[in-house]
Amino acid sequence: MRRVYLDNNATTPLAPEVFEAMTPWLTEGFGNASSIHWYGQQAAAAVEAAREAVVAFLHAQAAEIVFTSGGTEADNMALIGVVDAAKTPGGSKHMVTTAIEHHAVLHTAKALEKRGVRVTYVGVDPSGIVNPDEIRDAITPDTVLISVMHANNELGTVQPIEEIGRIAREHGIPLHTDAVQSAGKIPLDVDKLNVSLLSLSAHKLYGPKGVGALFVRKGTQLRSLLFGGGHERDRRAGTENVAGIVGFGAAAGLAMRTLNEEPDRLAGLRDRLEAGILQSIPSVRINGDLKRRIPNTSSVTFEFVEGEGFVIAADLRGLACSTGSACSSGSVEPSHVLTAIGQRPEQARSTVRLSLGRFNSREDIDGALKVIPEVVAHLRRLSPLYPECAAKSDGAGAALSSAPK
Amino acid sequence: MTIAVAMSGGVDSSTAAAILAGQNSVDAGGEQLRVVGLTMQLWNQRRLPVLQGGNQSDVRPGQASGRCCSLDDVYDARRVANFLGIPYYVVNYERQFEETVVRPFVEQYLAGETPIPCSRCNTEIKFEQFVRTALSIGADSIATGHYARVRRDEAAGRYRLFAAVDPSKDQSYFLFGLTQEQLSRALFPLGEMTKEQVRRIARERRLPVAEKPESQEICFVPKGSYRDFIDAYLGEQGEERDDQGGEIVLSDGRVLGRHQGVHNFTVGQRKGLGFATGSPLYVIEIDRAHNRVVVGANDELSKKSCRVRDVNWIRLCCEGQTVEARVKIRNKHVAAPARVTTQPGGEALVEFTDPQRAITPGQAAVFYDEDEVLGGGWIAEAF
Repeated sequence: MRRVYLDNNATTPLAPEVFEAMTPWLTEGFGNASSIHWYGQQAAAAVEAAREAVVAFLHAQAAEIVFTSGGTEADNMALIGVVDAAKTPGGSKHMVTTAIEHHAVLHTAKALEKRGVRVTYVGVDPSGIVNPDEIRDAITPDTVLISVMHANNELGTVQPIEEIGRIAREHGIPLHTDAVQSAGKIPLDVDKLNVSLLSLSAHKLYGPKGVGALFVRKGTQLRSLLFGGGHERDRRAGTENVAGIVGFGAAAGLAMRTLNEEPDRLAGLRDRLEAGILQSIPSVRINGDLKRRIPNTSSVTFEFVEGEGFVIAADLRGLACSTGSACSSGSVEPSHVLTAIGQRPEQARSTVRLSLGRFNSREDIDGALKVIPEVVAHLRRLSPLYPECAAKSDGAGAALSSAPK
Repeated sequence: MTIAVAMSGGVDSSTAAAILAGQNSVDAGGEQLRVVGLTMQLWNQRRLPVLQGGNQSDVRPGQASGRCCSLDDVYDARRVANFLGIPYYVVNYERQFEETVVRPFVEQYLAGETPIPCSRCNTEIKFEQFVRTALSIGADSIATGHYARVRRDEAAGRYRLFAAVDPSKDQSYFLFGLTQEQLSRALFPLGEMTKEQVRRIARERRLPVAEKPESQEICFVPKGSYRDFIDAYLGEQGEERDDQGGEIVLSDGRVLGRHQGVHNFTVGQRKGLGFATGSPLYVIEIDRAHNRVVVGANDELSKKSCRVRDVNWIRLCCEGQTVEARVKIRNKHVAAPARVTTQPGGEALVEFTDPQRAITPGQAAVFYDEDEVLGGGWIAEAF
């Protein structure tokens, strides 16, 4: 059975160059980067070379990059680190974020609420984009942090970080952005984005799992989450995951080299996929702003189709995708992101995410376009809610007489 | 042909999956038999934390275990599926389970009956929801670890249900409500085996759960304490009832004491009456209309007949007739000879040859002809 992987927002395959870059550091390059001797020096040099690659990727400076265990830790560090270190005249603290953040930000915000920090969750419009004015309106005298994700993992929509960053700077408040999904798909420049903090995750850009980074602009007050040795300039203790960091650096380098053509190639494939779906399947909707989104993501609602059933049926036919985000699969609650753009629970439960990557080809898209209509037709035939006349025409997997939306 | 196996993480369903996965057979269409394992997430064991012996902040993830369908069981089912090399998914039916099994369970107790949620779970969830899921993912049939047998009767054009070969494990009692459509989709790989054989297969195949002890209780009621469950559930729903107290009376109407809610009692119960008397007293009847619990001597517990409602006939034999059958009024009851007469409104009158002890409204009356399940329904009243 031919397998097609369209779940790149969940994770990506390791690029061959990344694997090659990593292997020496899993074998003969085993030194502890903090050791004084030759082994340690080699490892430390490799870590710093990787850091330089991330610096170039973000247009930042070496002292501003902290390697972490991944995007989740980076988000936790940004939120808890900044909020804990902040001092306000009255002692009360407030944070502004959005309703569509990844759980690594949302649940950290909830944890901060339990500690007495007030949090405002600004909503988004039906196309999944936050309004910078609403962020501005949410700011209070004791706001110590604003966190808005760059690209949303379920919809792919890109938030107006530059403008929000300007607002943040006017008020002297640090802006954090979770750029885990945007990295490698659209260019990142921490100065153009006007951010003080930015989270990255290696395994979303063809690097290994278990490593990420937090960009911390010079001058940003931040408390550590992990105490121990003085690693990462005293900001994040823990023996460096040298092989992982090297892989991350290689992945960042690779992303920079492909940032010219890859986004267009991905957009072409994604558009082909969406066009094919719209042509062959009725009662379908693409969610989120069609222009202001990363080029690889497609959030599709198939009416009268149980998303969970679709994902399993598709998987059994070799097509890998997901409903919402990987972290929330199997749960009863509809996606908070889809709810935030105004979807009713039954629509959210009928929504599927297809996310493309570097290793997807046109053949993959065409293969997916054979499986998807079949699965949708099969599920609709079984659905008691699907209109009778439509069910009969769907027997051949062909388009209905009524024009698809 | 694709078969969706319902895997609970227990020895029975794991062995059923292993038997099917090991078959390597090819179906009539020349296609390889394909087995897919699924676990149904039915009830969040951490949902009523007061039952865990703590409050909300005490419950740690992964802590709830000890009965079916906990996080540990999902983990076990996944391990078995990985071991067998079959695809594995978890599907969430918490909403449907609460609506069609848990709520009716609570309400039946409050109405003075003793429900069997497992039968309802079979007809509403395992052989309905799960079948729908199975069909939607492209499977043709489902398989479970139930000890029962189903056979196709070509001549009659129907499916027939039989007790399992091992009477100590037979679960056909809980399957009386299955429709023809449901039976047509069901496979029971363990029906022809004894429990010992199943354990032996599990060991021979080195299944990760081969030595796992069985869970015997109702899956959503911890430690079999259904009273605590009902109180906790009503509390969570904001439906506590303070005014449940009523009288405990003898059959001649004399008042002996008070009870705190009819749901604390079941027919045949001896303990928990709150007082000691000279000779043993048993709950004979729960009079919901007057919120009374009627108690009496042992011999008052045995009755000769009962009215059965919502009868499901698996074998088309008996509409508008009286048949001789053996009838079970509890899973652990030995089927007793009786006449079953169909009544209008989908009901039946069961008249036992000998009086039967503690015929309990809410339980099922299942009619057998030898080892075949003719049908069954819910006991409405005994007299």
